[in-house]
Amino acid sequence: MRWLLLKDLQILRRSPLIVGLLIAYPVALGLLIGFALSTDNSKPRVAFLNEVDPSEQFQIGTGEGEIDRDQARDELCSRVECVDASSREEAAQMVEDGEVIAALILPEDLLDKLRSLASLNPEQPVVEVLVNQDDPVKASLVDDRIQALITEANLILAQQISDQAATYLDLLITGGNFSLPLLGEIDILGLDRAAEILRAVDDELPADSPARDSLRQVTRFAQLAGDNLDLALPLLGAISQPIEVDKQVIAGNTAELDDFAIAVAVTVTLMFVTVLLVAGSLALEREENAFARVTRGLVGPGGLLAEKVALGVVASVAVTLLLLVALTALVSIDWGRLPLILLAILGGGAAFAAFGAAIGGSAREVRASSLLAFMVSLPIAFLSLVPSGTVSPGVFDVIEVVRALFPFDPALDAMQGALDAAGPDIWLPLVHLAAIVAAYGLLARLALRRFAG
Amino acid sequence: MADGAPVIEARELGKRFGEREALRGVSFGAAPGELLAVIGPNGAGKTTLLSILAGILEPDSGTVSVPGALGWVPQTAGLYRRLTVAENLRLFARLERVEDLDAAVERMIEQTGLGERRDDLVGTLSGGNQQRVNIAIGLLARPAVLLLDEPSTGLDPRQRERLWEFVLGLAGAGTTVIYSTHHLLEAERYGDRLLVLADGERVFEGTAEQLHAAVPAADARDFEAAFVSFLRERGH
Repeated sequence: MRWLLLKDLQILRRSPLIVGLLIAYPVALGLLIGFALSTDNSKPRVAFLNEVDPSEQFQIGTGEGEIDRDQARDELCSRVECVDASSREEAAQMVEDGEVIAALILPEDLLDKLRSLASLNPEQPVVEVLVNQDDPVKASLVDDRIQALITEANLILAQQISDQAATYLDLLITGGNFSLPLLGEIDILGLDRAAEILRAVDDELPADSPARDSLRQVTRFAQLAGDNLDLALPLLGAISQPIEVDKQVIAGNTAELDDFAIAVAVTVTLMFVTVLLVAGSLALEREENAFARVTRGLVGPGGLLAEKVALGVVASVAVTLLLLVALTALVSIDWGRLPLILLAILGGGAAFAAFGAAIGGSAREVRASSLLAFMVSLPIAFLSLVPSGTVSPGVFDVIEVVRALFPFDPALDAMQGALDAAGPDIWLPLVHLAAIVAAYGLLARLALRRFAG
Repeated sequence: MADGAPVIEARELGKRFGEREALRGVSFGAAPGELLAVIGPNGAGKTTLLSILAGILEPDSGTVSVPGALGWVPQTAGLYRRLTVAENLRLFARLERVEDLDAAVERMIEQTGLGERRDDLVGTLSGGNQQRVNIAIGLLARPAVLLLDEPSTGLDPRQRERLWEFVLGLAGAGTTVIYSTHHLLEAERYGDRLLVLADGERVFEGTAEQLHAAVPAADARDFEAAFVSFLRERGH
């Protein structure tokens, strides 16, 4: 069997196009994915135009809560990558050209309208968002991002307003100094102190004084007001965010998105390289008319199949490691987990190789086997990436059955588990892969019965 | 012509492909050093018979006994075109577990006359030269019985002459050669005996002279005419 393996490696060596593709494809894929992962693409690019007068400030209360033009920009642009625009037309052009996903425009009357919220004639402040909806996926992304941004801005404002209101309330209850424009510092008595003063006056009044009853009413009011308004302080704090979210992970893992993306890239590469190589190599035996000659000797069809699987495993280890090395230049890979990574590659490689052998044995021609390999592998890979909850339960059950019959899903799980300690368990997918090797190996062996005909 | 007990013997061989009966009750034997030519019209079952003898196909009925090593040269060259002449010979010598690998490879290279092209990829050789390598692979293990499926296909007259010189030398050294051919002249000239198949049946086994004698003299202008007349008279 090893001589057949050496023969196939020798043939590969003399097929520069195939070898070039086997090397160039994973390296290129790795670099593309690594580049995409290494750039901070979590912040969408948004054109930002601030038409608010630079000298204007929005004061919340006595000046402790102030928002000026720069603060507004900093707060909004901490969540997106702002690209400053000098005019509405420029912002609109950037959106139209696709340079940014949306444009956010703060109108010049924004702060005026924010101030009006505390007046008798409130006007709701409006920010303008320009979007390009030529792509429904992008449009949905823009809607989600901008909505989240505005909601967060509203929350910040609401928090600041409620904080200031709590300050006022505290001042009302306990008293203190309060600064007003033009009037300067004034001393606020506060309900607690008012109640104390009233009690002191009550003590000095004659017992039969007619003012005592009225005074005690006022005292009681001041006391009650101070006690109950105290209770309102935490309520004010809850206004800005009345409902909190407590997220709990009860299923699945908490693997990083980057590690998942790497696992997908690696598994896709593993799949295409291994399945195509083994399917084509087995079909080539028939096209060269060598199959009968090879298997009538001491190798046999089973030996030939084993050699093809070995070829697939050798190629998958080489190509996948090459891809991971290429990725290392751009993203972080925990090479301390190399033994597990190799195990995942071996399991996935063997399963994809057996799958490829079944295709090659069935198609019997190199071109037909390549076409069949693509036609079957690509949809299965897509199906394996469909998350639960995005389709009806019945459809998802069917998808899960289909996934279980092909190597992609368990290979992806094994690779995730190998790359990331927080990923799924690696051992169950490896057992699954072993079962797939046996099943497709049997199918390939059955297909070889009519191979020589 | 060689004498002696058969070195290869087939009894009541039958093979069906779906509804079509490719072979039906075919029996024969060949002695050591004998050249047995298998002839017949297209679809007669010649390649099926040789494939069964070579162990490529399993018969549906009947038995084959081959006490010694058996070499097989398929009709379509079974070679790896991206390997060189020497690499092909070395690979198949290893698969056949030939003793003294290097000597066997060198012997075959010499016998094929492809010494100067030993390091050329087989895919770059002419059809005739590829056939020479094809035959050489079948001879690597020095088999007691050699099966040749239309060996002169693709060879020019000079190459054909050289081939038959070589094959006759093998037979003279004791190798039993069973070959199929469409060239009736090859069958008549080189075959010690003929095995005629038609529609999967053995319709004749004997010498060329015996076949000649089995048809009317008027139809026996030459061997080809006698052969055609023979088949026609028997409804094939």
